[in-house]
Amino acid sequence: MERIPVLKLGNLLLVSIQVDLEDRLALNLQDDLAERIVATGARGVLIDISALDIVDSFVGRMLSTIAAMSKLLDAETVVVGMRPAVAITLVELGLDMPGVRTALTLEHGLALLGAEVRVRRSDDTDSADRADLPGSIEEPTGPSGTAVAGTVVG
Amino acid sequence: MTIGGLGPQGGGAASSSAGSPQRHAIVVESDVVRVRQVVRSAAVAARLSLVDQTKMVTAASELARNTLVYGGGGAVTIDIVDNGRRRGVRAVFTDSGPGIADLDLALTDGWTSGSGLGLGLSGSRRLVDEFELESSPETGTTVRVVKWSR
Ligand SMILES: Nc1ncnc2c1ncn2[C@@H]1O[C@H](COP(=O)(O)OP(=O)(O)O)[C@@H](O)[C@H]1O
Ligand SMILES: [Mg+2]
Repeated sequence: MERIPVLKLGNLLLVSIQVDLEDRLALNLQDDLAERIVATGARGVLIDISALDIVDSFVGRMLSTIAAMSKLLDAETVVVGMRPAVAITLVELGLDMPGVRTALTLEHGLALLGAEVRVRRSDDTDSADRADLPGSIEEPTGPSGTAVAGTVVG
Repeated sequence: MTIGGLGPQGGGAASSSAGSPQRHAIVVESDVVRVRQVVRSAAVAARLSLVDQTKMVTAASELARNTLVYGGGGAVTIDIVDNGRRRGVRAVFTDSGPGIADLDLALTDGWTSGSGLGLGLSGSRRLVDEFELESSPETGTTVRVVKWSR
């Protein structure tokens, strides 16, 4: 059975939907994400729909379900990259996708999730696992960045 | 029972076919995907705007899924129509399933007899320019939609 890949990045799960979604595939994605959130302890789910040229009520329901389910599992979901024509159509279709947060771009989506997780973490007394935050997975700078380069035998 | 502004004759003046109609069976889930692709091509050929293409393809996706899930499978006929002034895309979905007992109810936002969102019929009616629904237990269900270029 064909499945949509779910990638782990820091404490986030990333999904980019690149195929015209058959209903079964959408349902599999829901199940896969639930499992992966629990297995990885992910705090955020980012779903890129920029390749989707339509979102109908089935896919809309899938996105709402993923958002609701991830919330129960203590993770936030952000949907990024919705095309303008899709947004216009969804409004007329009457679909409001309660609980689904959206961002225009991947960068904004990551920022939104980073901010979200940070706010939640700052409530915690133990902040030892801050290295997991999406905001801190950028460039490896400093001495550890150069340590790898040293040993080419010439 | 019928709902829609066109009447059983299909609106006569509305349209003559401008090209050969394409008929596609809707019996498995992948047929719904195929229907979306065929409607998209027809909408591009009829020079619908991107937003109107998207609306028509979305409506077709909803109606094809209904044909499959509630109608127990059926078919769609897709063609490009011309009313002398504008071109458009027409899609006629047919099944010989159980029919819809109460059309007004079925066309109510949020009403579903299954586990859907109840937006397929009501929503696709808003997304297209012409919408006609006929249903009975004897003949099954036919939904005919047209989207015109602007
Ligand atoms: N082709 C059909 N044959 C029989 N019943 C149908 C058909 N299409 C729609 N219906 C009925 O109308 C209801 C509303 O359909 P729809 O608006 O698409 O919502 P949903 O698919 O979410 O149930 C369905 O739940 C079903 O009872
Ligand atoms: Mg439906």
